[in-house]
Amino acid sequence: MDTVPIASSAAHVSTGALFVGFLKVGLTGFGGVLPFARRMLVEQRRWLTGPEFNEVLSLAQFLPGPNIVNVSVIVGRRFHGKLGALAATAGLMLMPLVIVLALATIHAQFAHVDAVRGACNAVSAAAAGLMLSMGLKMGRAIERTPWQIGIAAVVFIAIGLLRFPLLWTLAVLVPISVAIAGRTR
Amino acid sequence: MTFSPVLFELALQFLTLSMLSIGGANAVIPEIHLRVVEVKHWMTDADFSQLFALAQAAPGPNVLIVSLVGWKVAGIAGALVSIVAMCGPASVFTYWFTHTWDRFREAPLRIAIQRGLAPVTVGLVLASGYVLTRTIDDSVASYAVTAAMLALAMTTRLHPLWGLGVAAVLGAFGWV
Repeated sequence: MDTVPIASSAAHVSTGALFVGFLKVGLTGFGGVLPFARRMLVEQRRWLTGPEFNEVLSLAQFLPGPNIVNVSVIVGRRFHGKLGALAATAGLMLMPLVIVLALATIHAQFAHVDAVRGACNAVSAAAAGLMLSMGLKMGRAIERTPWQIGIAAVVFIAIGLLRFPLLWTLAVLVPISVAIAGRTR
Repeated sequence: MTFSPVLFELALQFLTLSMLSIGGANAVIPEIHLRVVEVKHWMTDADFSQLFALAQAAPGPNVLIVSLVGWKVAGIAGALVSIVAMCGPASVFTYWFTHTWDRFREAPLRIAIQRGLAPVTVGLVLASGYVLTRTIDDSVASYAVTAAMLALAMTTRLHPLWGLGVAAVLGAFGWV
């Protein structure tokens, strides 16, 4: 099992730590887990630097499968190969899976209660703010030359404002962005 | 776990969906809705909305909506088959791909791809935040909650659960 060492200072992360770290991310991640994953990986445990996280998330987004699951596979693999990937992914998924199924079985009784619906809506609203903050923090961690700001803005407008289909937008913009990146070193 | 045609059908649907889910689980929600409600008639529109809300409100990845769909269609076995089909093969592919990818750490093409993807990723995350905001927020108060959480996360190192908890309480009292 060959793992590729990474450049960050925190090269020694045990499988147990991977499991627990992602377990916490899974359990605290309300309304989308990615901001919590970034917080754990970059701000708290410092397993990754800001730019390293961007790199991991870029890969995770462009590979098929749920982003956060891909993040756990990539991060787990970096530190401990197959076992690490398994530990991180299991930590992320197991408890939330049990909880959501338990909630589903009792949900029918509470779905119509105004307080429950109100709380859910408010949590979702706050979670949206959290997602925006993650985007801004990630923006701070990339190079900010005019073309990079331009590409980020075009993606935001195409997907966010105009709601273009994701696959087609990426099929056009990713080659353009990579071509510019290749020419501007 | 007895093997039934509906479990096979669930596995097939989510396996193909996982291959399409470039850009994450939220990106394929409309496609899941299409297949589950309109093509397969496994549940009504209202059922699907409820499951979506539940997956959003519960802790954990949003992809858990997939296990809820499976659960609704075929109980616990359906939930497990669906989530494994959605995450398993894609994870194996990711593992293999990053393994290969890391061998080309110094290759100019890889560096160009990495640099090219970075701003696209930032744009995508901001777009998700924006779409979520526009989908969820339906009042001045809910926009205020989104803005307050954004400000809190940008300016402090406070755990976001504090913000979410306060929001939940405000919402429970009907103030959002």
